[in-house]
Amino acid sequence: MVDVRIHGRGGQGVVTTAEVLALACFVEGRHAQAVPSFGSERTGAPVAAFVRVSDQPIRSHDPVEEPDIVVVQDATLLSLPSVVAGLRPGGRLLVNTHRSLPAAVLAATAGRTVTTVSASAIATRCVGRDVPGPAMLGALAAVTGVVLVDSVIAAVQDRLAGRSTAGNVAAVTEAFETTLAAVGGEARASAT
Amino acid sequence: MRQQREGSQAVAEAVALCRPDVVSAYPISPQTHIVEHLSRLVLSGSLPGCTYLNVESEFASMSTLIGASATGARSYTATASQGLLFMAEAVFNAAGLGLPMVMTVANRAIGAPINIWNDQGDSMAMRDCGWVQLYAADNQEAVDLHVMAFRLADELELPVMVCMDGFVLTHAFEEVELPTQEQVDAVLPPPPTRPVLDPAAPVTIGAMVGPEAYTEVRYLADRRHRDALRLLPLVAADYARATGRDAAGLVRTYSCEGADTVVVALGSVLGTLSDVVDQRDVGERVGVLGLTCYRPFPADAVRAAVRSARRIVVVERSLALGEDGPVAADVARALAGSGRSVSTVVCGLGGRPVTSAVLHRLLDRVARDDLPQRLFLDLDRDVVDREMQRTAALARRAEEVRS
Repeated sequence: MVDVRIHGRGGQGVVTTAEVLALACFVEGRHAQAVPSFGSERTGAPVAAFVRVSDQPIRSHDPVEEPDIVVVQDATLLSLPSVVAGLRPGGRLLVNTHRSLPAAVLAATAGRTVTTVSASAIATRCVGRDVPGPAMLGALAAVTGVVLVDSVIAAVQDRLAGRSTAGNVAAVTEAFETTLAAVGGEARASAT
Repeated sequence: MRQQREGSQAVAEAVALCRPDVVSAYPISPQTHIVEHLSRLVLSGSLPGCTYLNVESEFASMSTLIGASATGARSYTATASQGLLFMAEAVFNAAGLGLPMVMTVANRAIGAPINIWNDQGDSMAMRDCGWVQLYAADNQEAVDLHVMAFRLADELELPVMVCMDGFVLTHAFEEVELPTQEQVDAVLPPPPTRPVLDPAAPVTIGAMVGPEAYTEVRYLADRRHRDALRLLPLVAADYARATGRDAAGLVRTYSCEGADTVVVALGSVLGTLSDVVDQRDVGERVGVLGLTCYRPFPADAVRAAVRSARRIVVVERSLALGEDGPVAADVARALAGSGRSVSTVVCGLGGRPVTSAVLHRLLDRVARDDLPQRLFLDLDRDVVDREMQRTAALARRAEEVRS
């Protein structure tokens, strides 16, 4: 079982990112569950969604409290302690930013691997809008064994059919390749 | 076919497979995605002959279904929370009139204070209205129960409510296997002939009944309602045969055989509970009993499931003010005189998540033999104490001003 928590802001497609990730894992023949956390549907408000991925059918329906991976679609949210709360030792933090992360965030995530990707810039270039979700999943595929990039692309083509599909697929691919190059051959076999 | 779907959409697809004649819709969170998806299916022509009614309130929604069902139409609606309460008068009438129909309740807390999140206070408020009440543990079960609900409604000539935890299930994007049209048709034939309103052959439905016969009419209604206990396992067996998939009957048991403690619950907490039980020491011998059918209350099935247990713990997702929780009261009555202890554990009200950590805390107390008869599992005691002190201080201040 791999537990993922995705943070972003209302209107940024956090729930869609979670569903695309779950669908990508389903496409691979594994079991997945995406559940949004509710109540903050207002545009701009902090939003979170959870994804569970497993080789076994998934029974639990509670929120993920100790994720293996935290995906942050809006780096300004890193000022909230809840964003990295519970991230397991040895886990992974993936942040959408083109800057280096504040020292406080690095201190709070000591013992975890931190990766950044300029997902907003990639999305703006490929899709024409700041919809970072697909690019974040491309980067996730590059640095973890949770999901293959081809499965992410298949899920984007399905779940985002008719919604700038080609641009979103391009964003997945670009983020995957950039991130892979940036981490320079880091092992991708591990679950996290 | 296995699909990765949002729970609401999967339920809408299942309802569509049941070939409803009338869908009456009024939006309310967290149910809205269900009727929205049904409206898309009607609009796209996938439901030929289905009348989709946009009504002005939940009261109108239930009232139009009463009319529709009285003419013999297969009828469906969905609601939640305040919507269910607003239609209450018509909900009781639908049952009293013996009108088959199916309603999804996407369980949500009721106000005040207003709260859009999940607990089971809404359907529990309607537990004695005469509808059969079924509770889904996950979205697969929600899909399956809807098909079975239409068949039960037809055979019993009673309305059936399928309850699924709002947001936790309705908005969960997970794997479900939708039955095929052939499988559904095998379980659910066209509605059988019954007395209906027809201008060509007039009958009266719903005449006034005075003191000379009201008791007898209600007694017979109760008997008919209880017949669901006999019928549901048969329908579930039919459904399992048609789909090749295990279908819930009255209850679902997990590790209950030889269990010392059995935790009883309804709805989406059951999956998390099963995982938590598997993570415990084998020596603790904890089983899980899910009540799929809550009304009529499956007392015999409950007694059979807890045979080996000394201690019963009932997880309540609603609070009966002044009387703990409704489910524990029913369980205790079913087990009266058996010498078993029945504890009420209230948790997960108004959307507070019932996490595996919270459930482990509960089982820690069970293992230490430290479970009171009534426990608010996830209560923040500091907040309560602070508020009680504040209220007391205000009362003292008011007293000083007066004197």
